Amino acid sequence: MNDSVEQFPPYRGELDDHHGHADHGHEHHEPGFWSKYIFSTDHKVIGIQYGFTALCFLLFGFFLMLLMRWQIAHPGMPVPAIGPLLEKILGAPAAGGAISPDLYNSFGAMHGTIMVFLGVVPLAFAAFGNYVVPLMIGAPDMAFPRVNMASYHAFFLGGVVMLVSFFIPGGAAQAGWTSYSPLATSIPTNGQAFWLVGMVLLITSSLLGAVNFIATIIQLRAPGMTWMRMPFFVWAQFVTAFILLLAFPPLEAAGVLQLMDNVAHTSFFLPTGLAVGGQLADRSGGGSPLLWQHLFWFLGHPEVYVLILPAMGIVGEVIANNTRKPLWGYKSLVYSVLIVGFLSFIVWAHHMYLTGMGQHIAIFFQTTTMIISVPSVIILTCMFLSLWGGSIRINTPMLFALGFLPMFGIGGLTGLPLGLAAADLYLHDTYYVIAHFHYVVAPGTIFGLFAGVYFWFPKITGRKMNEFWGRVHFWCSFVFMNLVFMPMFAQGIKGMLRRMSDGAVNYSAARVPNAIDTLPGNIMELNTWILWAAIALGIAQIPFIVNLFYSISHGEKVGDNPWSATTLDWQTPTPPPHGNFAHEPHVYHGPYEYSAPGHPTDFTPQDEPLELPAPAARPQPAH
Amino acid sequence: MEIPYTTELRPDTGVYNAKLGIWLFLASEVMLFGALFSAYILLRVGAPEGMWPHGWLDVRFGALNTIILALSAITTLLAWAACKVREFGKFKFFHGCTILLALTFLCIKSYEYHDKWIHYEIQMKDGTFADGHLVEQNDKEVLIHGRIVTDEKDLYDLRAQKNIQLQEIRIDRSTIKKMENYAPRHNTFTAIYFTLTGLHALHILGGTCVIFYLWAFGGNMWRKDPERFTNRVEVSGLFWHFVDLVWIFLFPVLYLT
Repeated sequence: MNDSVEQFPPYRGELDDHHGHADHGHEHHEPGFWSKYIFSTDHKVIGIQYGFTALCFLLFGFFLMLLMRWQIAHPGMPVPAIGPLLEKILGAPAAGGAISPDLYNSFGAMHGTIMVFLGVVPLAFAAFGNYVVPLMIGAPDMAFPRVNMASYHAFFLGGVVMLVSFFIPGGAAQAGWTSYSPLATSIPTNGQAFWLVGMVLLITSSLLGAVNFIATIIQLRAPGMTWMRMPFFVWAQFVTAFILLLAFPPLEAAGVLQLMDNVAHTSFFLPTGLAVGGQLADRSGGGSPLLWQHLFWFLGHPEVYVLILPAMGIVGEVIANNTRKPLWGYKSLVYSVLIVGFLSFIVWAHHMYLTGMGQHIAIFFQTTTMIISVPSVIILTCMFLSLWGGSIRINTPMLFALGFLPMFGIGGLTGLPLGLAAADLYLHDTYYVIAHFHYVVAPGTIFGLFAGVYFWFPKITGRKMNEFWGRVHFWCSFVFMNLVFMPMFAQGIKGMLRRMSDGAVNYSAARVPNAIDTLPGNIMELNTWILWAAIALGIAQIPFIVNLFYSISHGEKVGDNPWSATTLDWQTPTPPPHGNFAHEPHVYHGPYEYSAPGHPTDFTPQDEPLELPAPAARPQPAH
Repeated sequence: MEIPYTTELRPDTGVYNAKLGIWLFLASEVMLFGALFSAYILLRVGAPEGMWPHGWLDVRFGALNTIILALSAITTLLAWAACKVREFGKFKFFHGCTILLALTFLCIKSYEYHDKWIHYEIQMKDGTFADGHLVEQNDKEVLIHGRIVTDEKDLYDLRAQKNIQLQEIRIDRSTIKKMENYAPRHNTFTAIYFTLTGLHALHILGGTCVIFYLWAFGGNMWRKDPERFTNRVEVSGLFWHFVDLVWIFLFPVLYLT
């Protein structure tokens, strides 16, 4: 244990002479619980609020996934241990402790929704962005602190609406996280209406956040923090904010229209002559189901980059810090991230090859999809090349950052066949797709986020998380993530469809022996393997959860800049006080001046000039 | 702690924070209404031949509302200019006008909504269609002020039909196959009409609330920090101009085509 107790920064100067309270008339009042933790306008508190809420939702979404994996491996069998509890809470859909197909569908829809909109986006964009971005650019807070608070509250309310929808009659939304019409309007439950209201709240939250982030980055950069001196993470968040700002409103529009379909019985997305359950639906018709898909994927695809860009930013910071050298190709990284942001708006219809969109349109979207992989590969290549010749420090954040690189690589490369219409016609809606985007988001983005949690934890708490358990967490997660998702490629290539509540038993060779192209026994068996790998993956998160909470009060105490980092977020007191910086920082050079030649230390903070003192005054080597 | 550039301009960007913020917000609003207008185009292009309504909305009301919003744009600008030359009384007057104009707009819009809500299309069992405003109804019969047509398409394109004769028609309920008012569910046109104008009306309402807040409770800030207050008037004015602009698109798209 490090016994450097006096690490606490001078902004708590009051602590130094806490005997003399009398002369502290200027000391501002310590805010109460409500204004400090619930109605706080401090970007750091809001960041922590977002982070904690998002981690809880991630855990909840993971738990839904475990239940689904049980159902896939053992269709119709009661869930062990918690089956009775499920029946008690959810009633008929979980009769006998088993997961009915309806319940499976709503778990599927809510797993996707929760993981994307309530887990990863709030953690990657809102939590890290809120906590780190103002610190990195040398700002005292966000540009609009109260808008920031409203953003979190809208998010929280949206989450509550989503959770409540599990308990209404008929249960939560069942039409998948993509909520395709007319299915989303035909299912006889109000879950979809709750989903839409929840989404409108979440979108509102994201829009408020996006406006705030962009305004903050443009307006509140410290003197000398020019665009090309911004850390890569800030660039990533900047582009992400623009994507959210411009891609989310069309989904909001679509959400309003589908809400009208559900509540006011309009037919925006319902075709003429729609029959539901063998009956002609009592609808005017004249709507277009494809319209929903266009509006949804106009958000849906940029959303992928909302998920991945902040994680790339985190990985960039961690790699530069732990290779002790500048990030390779900083400018290429910045331009690539801008191009990715732009191109992400014109690739959406590659999710819709199967809708019969016509070859010309398909070719257009195939082309843009292939082009967008170029800047993505540039980003990944720059990060790999950054490792070259570095004196790499291995620690938990670095392990996760290193893990991110090949995992995102697998996720990205397996996406190429899906971007080509000919291959996609076969692979569409199979487990191959599930494996592909989970490689991007789970061992990709979430590893990046874990790296961020381990990396910035000392800034938030003044203590490091336990290194040993961090490594246990990494290696177990790494192994089991791959054991969960790698087999799905095989299942998908063999033609196993996603979204089937029986784990494709009806298409197995065992069930229909004389049919062609059935799923062979070894492919079906993988369902069981994945279940066990998923359970092990869950267990592997226990060290993280315990480590996170234990280290808040018991971790190794560290100073303001434990990683010897150059960016401004590490040049503040720990934890940063309200207003962040004691004096407005002045930035003298780019973000990654590690191992600057001739410099006494191997890092030069951005607010410290690179120019060395005159040669005569330079400290000479010791002999 | 003081956040920089809340009032003064940042030298290299030339704006204060809130002005940048509102422009970003308006960019997202453009995407929101852009998506809705795209939806309108797609639905209209996809409508079966002859089934997209024309002339269902009263151009006189639409034109009147257009003029009202245009006037409110002028008063909004003058209110801001009054703040710029530090004349609070004039600000009060001009934004008072803005609020009254906005409320008039909403009243006219409500009247139009009501007019559609009591307008019924009644499919008769003999294959004809009765169409008109509901006068009264009971368990046995329905009284409308309207007309009867034999081809439903006659109800859709009203542009060519001059001098439609309307009369009181009493209809026995037993002869009715289906009776439906011109609510959003009636057809794709009413659906998009109510959604677009409803969302726009919500924006009007929101903008009015903000302007009313500045108008009624702005005195304090005006005395303490007139520059900041002027900025608030400018930012809310930018939003108001955007809302006006949306109507400038809505009016021809819904009323004139």
